[in-house]
Amino acid sequence: MYGIGIAKGLMVTLTNLFRKPFTVQYPEEAVPQAARFRGEEFVWYEERCTGCASCAKYCPLGIIRIVTHPGGSNVQEGESYAIDVFDIDIGRCMFCGLCVEACPYDALFMGSGFERGQYRRDDLVITVDELRQADKRPSTWYRPQLEARDYHPQGGQPLSWEEVGR
Amino acid sequence: MGGSTPFREANSFFGNLYDLFAESQIFGVSLIPQWLAYFVAGFLVIFVVINAVVITTTLGTWVERRLIGRIQSRLGPNRWGPFGLLTPVADALKLLTKEDTRPDGVDPWVFNLAPLVFILGPLLVFAVIPFGKNTYVANLNIGILFIIAVTTVPTIAMFMAGWGSGNRYSLFGAMRGVAQLVSYEVPLVLSIVGVLLLAGSLSLVDIVESQSIPFILIQPLGFFIFMLAISAEMNRSPFDIVEADSELVAGFHTEYSGMKWGTFQLAEFIAPFGAAAIITTLFLKGWEGPALPSHLWFFIKVWGVWFVLLWVRATLPRLRVDQIMGLAWKFLFPLGLINIFVTAGLLLVWPEPTIAQLWAMGGVNWVVALVCLVVSSHLMSDKLTTRAPLAPAPGTSRSRAQEAG
Repeated sequence: MYGIGIAKGLMVTLTNLFRKPFTVQYPEEAVPQAARFRGEEFVWYEERCTGCASCAKYCPLGIIRIVTHPGGSNVQEGESYAIDVFDIDIGRCMFCGLCVEACPYDALFMGSGFERGQYRRDDLVITVDELRQADKRPSTWYRPQLEARDYHPQGGQPLSWEEVGR
Repeated sequence: MGGSTPFREANSFFGNLYDLFAESQIFGVSLIPQWLAYFVAGFLVIFVVINAVVITTTLGTWVERRLIGRIQSRLGPNRWGPFGLLTPVADALKLLTKEDTRPDGVDPWVFNLAPLVFILGPLLVFAVIPFGKNTYVANLNIGILFIIAVTTVPTIAMFMAGWGSGNRYSLFGAMRGVAQLVSYEVPLVLSIVGVLLLAGSLSLVDIVESQSIPFILIQPLGFFIFMLAISAEMNRSPFDIVEADSELVAGFHTEYSGMKWGTFQLAEFIAPFGAAAIITTLFLKGWEGPALPSHLWFFIKVWGVWFVLLWVRATLPRLRVDQIMGLAWKFLFPLGLINIFVTAGLLLVWPEPTIAQLWAMGGVNWVVALVCLVVSSHLMSDKLTTRAPLAPAPGTSRSRAQEAG
């Protein structure tokens, strides 16, 4: 019988009319994100960092710039370097996470945020001051010790440097 | 008083206003002269009707976007004002403050006049629609003929816009629009004839008053054809090949911006309300209904028909040009003729039908409608959906091979 297809189509749209919309009203509500989400605003623990600059060497884009001087305050490993400059240009970062994989002391973690939009490219460079003051909610990406303790950056507590080691 | 005035109707909206102005006196002296009263009353009536139509349409754009959003599992506009109710206001402000660009190579007169001519048709439809008991701007004795005439005016504007823009997409859209209108005007008029035979009048007021049973029950085939033809006439989906945004950018109004574009859009949103008002008047007993006031009945019916038009628009995909032409000439045109002959034959049998005879007519017409729809769908479905193979272009290898073999 002709026209049945049209009638079925009309019924589909009519039932859709009374269904709950899928739309998520973003600024007010957010979709849940994975614990391993590789976000911006890298989480960096100065107490764990020796200033070895492994992250800068492993970065495929060379967007991490580290300047140090001897005589740092690394608690873990004794003698180390103090960090003067730790610039990450996230305007060019592709969030591959190789810097986090390269870190031998678990001092650098991927962040969990995604709302660091800026109007100028220069503002996209994360400086060492910003890293020091940032909210320490690390992503669990490439950090099995965080996954072992079931940590989730969304809704979880900020972690101190002693809690994130292996 | 006023008996000599043209279009003066006893107890009508306009007539009452006219009487109010013309007959108001202070100490036996008329407040305003009769000729001025005629203009004032006429202007007031036109002002009220046009504003009511435009405001309803503005609300309609919001309702339409919200409902289509919900049909597509979205929310629709909900940012400006409560539930997004101020979205049309924001749209209008944005369009009014937008730069009015005019590309090189346009024909200025034709280009600038087109939006005004385009909005004329949908607005003029409301001049003869009875909105309620004794509420109409003019009770023309050729009302429905007037509507048929003015609904073709936008096509001229469409071609003016397409031609004046100096853009191939615009011209393609306009040419499609003209071809579509010429085709669909035929089934549109044929579907109305059944109603006119039953009502015995061309005046919309008389048509409403002659409906002891809603004509949709007596004229199902006519209603079906009229719905399809009027959708095509308004270039609404699934017949929107004129605009066809995936093929022609925006068709005839590709080159327009600012409030000129806004006028086109406004006219396209007024058109479904006009169509719903015509369908309500012709097939759904107009403003008549039990208990509730007549204006409210009209309002409810118009929004109901409007929702069906929207629902169809949100559901069906766009047809191809040849499918649309085939539908008009091979499917709707013969059905319209059959409808006229059956209705006329029944009226020969029962020249002055009583209620029972009207119901009997309805029964016959429903059977005829179903049989005709099934049979003609069966006969036409292959011819509507498959395209004849194109002739190979001259000089290509395929055509040479054909010539050789």
